Amino acid sequence: MTVLLDPTSERSPTIRPRLPRPESLGGLTVGILDIAKSRGDVFLHRLGERLAERGIAVRHYAKPTNTRPAPLPLRQQIAAEVNVVIEGLSD
Amino acid sequence: MADDLPRDGLVAVVKRDCPTCVMAAPVLGELARRGGLSVYTQDDPSFPDTVPGRLDDTALAISHRLKIEIVPTLIRFAGGREIGRTYGWDRNEWQRLTGIAGLGRDLPEARPGCGAKNVEPGVLERLKVRFNETGLRSRRIEIGKDEDAQEAMFARGWSDGLPLVPPTEERVLRMLDGTARDPQEVVGLVPPALAAATVEKIAINAVMAGCKPEYLPVALAAVEAVLDESFAMHGVLATTMFVGPVVIVNGPVRRRIGMNAKGNALGQGNRANAAIGRALQLVIRNIGEGRPQEVDRATLGNPGKLTYCFAEDEEGSSWEPLAVERGLAPGQSAVTVFAGYGLQGIVDQTSRDPESLARSFAGSLRALSNVKHAPSCDALLVVCPEHHRTFKNAGWSKVRLYEELHRLCEIPGADLVAGAKGIAEGGPPSLAGETVNKFRPGGIMIVRAGGDAGMFSGIIGGWSAGSARSSLPVTKEVKP
Repeated sequence: MTVLLDPTSERSPTIRPRLPRPESLGGLTVGILDIAKSRGDVFLHRLGERLAERGIAVRHYAKPTNTRPAPLPLRQQIAAEVNVVIEGLSD
Repeated sequence: MADDLPRDGLVAVVKRDCPTCVMAAPVLGELARRGGLSVYTQDDPSFPDTVPGRLDDTALAISHRLKIEIVPTLIRFAGGREIGRTYGWDRNEWQRLTGIAGLGRDLPEARPGCGAKNVEPGVLERLKVRFNETGLRSRRIEIGKDEDAQEAMFARGWSDGLPLVPPTEERVLRMLDGTARDPQEVVGLVPPALAAATVEKIAINAVMAGCKPEYLPVALAAVEAVLDESFAMHGVLATTMFVGPVVIVNGPVRRRIGMNAKGNALGQGNRANAAIGRALQLVIRNIGEGRPQEVDRATLGNPGKLTYCFAEDEEGSSWEPLAVERGLAPGQSAVTVFAGYGLQGIVDQTSRDPESLARSFAGSLRALSNVKHAPSCDALLVVCPEHHRTFKNAGWSKVRLYEELHRLCEIPGADLVAGAKGIAEGGPPSLAGETVNKFRPGGIMIVRAGGDAGMFSGIIGGWSAGSARSSLPVTKEVKP
């Protein structure tokens, strides 16, 4: 293990906090990512419909397989196109 | 560990790599046979084979604890306390310490020892870290063994965009060897966070920037200079304009640490120039939390905000170095900081008299910021050696050039009025009857730098006209 000395003012915790959740989805674009777990698509599709009924912009994405991380171009595309992502993690 | 050392008797510390230790090995064997001697070996556990019960100190823990500097060292303990010590081979000393006559009859009278392994560069720092003797107060950040340190530093936002040298405790300790200042001394409060920049914190950032320990005093002086109230570092950072701190180094330190004042002085390729300027920027970023698109509101910024540091070419100049002109004694090392940006070239390969060259300089200076602005920003004029030669041969002092440039930068107000020359930018109609100078008095600073060939001087533009309301250049002595 490497130990480094903190070069900062030490006003922030060493572990980066998660980004805060948005107060509301109004005006945001929601990405729906199907990670290719079975029947995840059914659940996510319904979720997408419900969001769209509330007037929220939705874009759908799919990973080729749940056994590997999403390919870089897909990650970059999602990051560029949406504000938040919803994914289904299990069957 | 303390229990490892005998309360009474002799302790010797040796290494095979030392010819004096090899020479004294038979004597150590004789002392061991008599009993009451412990021999610790620093490099090869099979040495000395004259001593069957020799002890392995390749981890150097005992050597470090005993503060061994030379091998062989022979120490006598009594009642758990050291009562005598000798270094190298010296028959009389060894006989006195052991109380045994006739030691090493076939050896020379005396022979100096060798440097001990525990104080070799790199080893001493490692031992201090191991035994928690560093005195460093900064928070420790543990990087997982499968984690890439570079990526971990980027992820924490420590980088200016380029790779960093990981600030390990060993490296920071070595960096602090570069200054006599107390690591906990507060050099100043760094905006915008107004967080304390201790010598230790600055050393950590200097390590990351790629500084050698001998650069640290210059980096410390640069930090001290930008934190001077009159430099207005918060404003220099927060402005939408292009500027960042430009560091000019004067005095003997330039040559001691190998700074570049000659060809490509403002460019890449010199470690001291590059790393000192970068260390200053990393201090602003990491200690002060001054980051682009946060409090740093620069519209374009400039490449010098990665690093902008060079030395003045004092050798062969007929002019006073900048720091002397600004009140320091000749021969004193100093940094001057200027809120500046970029480089506007002045190409003049034809002027051979100072009047023509000064007009050439002034014409370029008048274009700075906007041809319609006066008084405009301050300027740092970097005069190349071939241009300087023209002034030198004509006997023009730097003061003379300042005066001529000021005179040549008088502009008819009519040219500056909004709308004049078809440019909407400009001043009020009341300027029309006046003459306005492009610069405030003292708004130009001149330094000499650059390669010996080429008639290419340069202008580093400043922020809004330097005054108590904006940023003034600041000069600070480089302290050891």
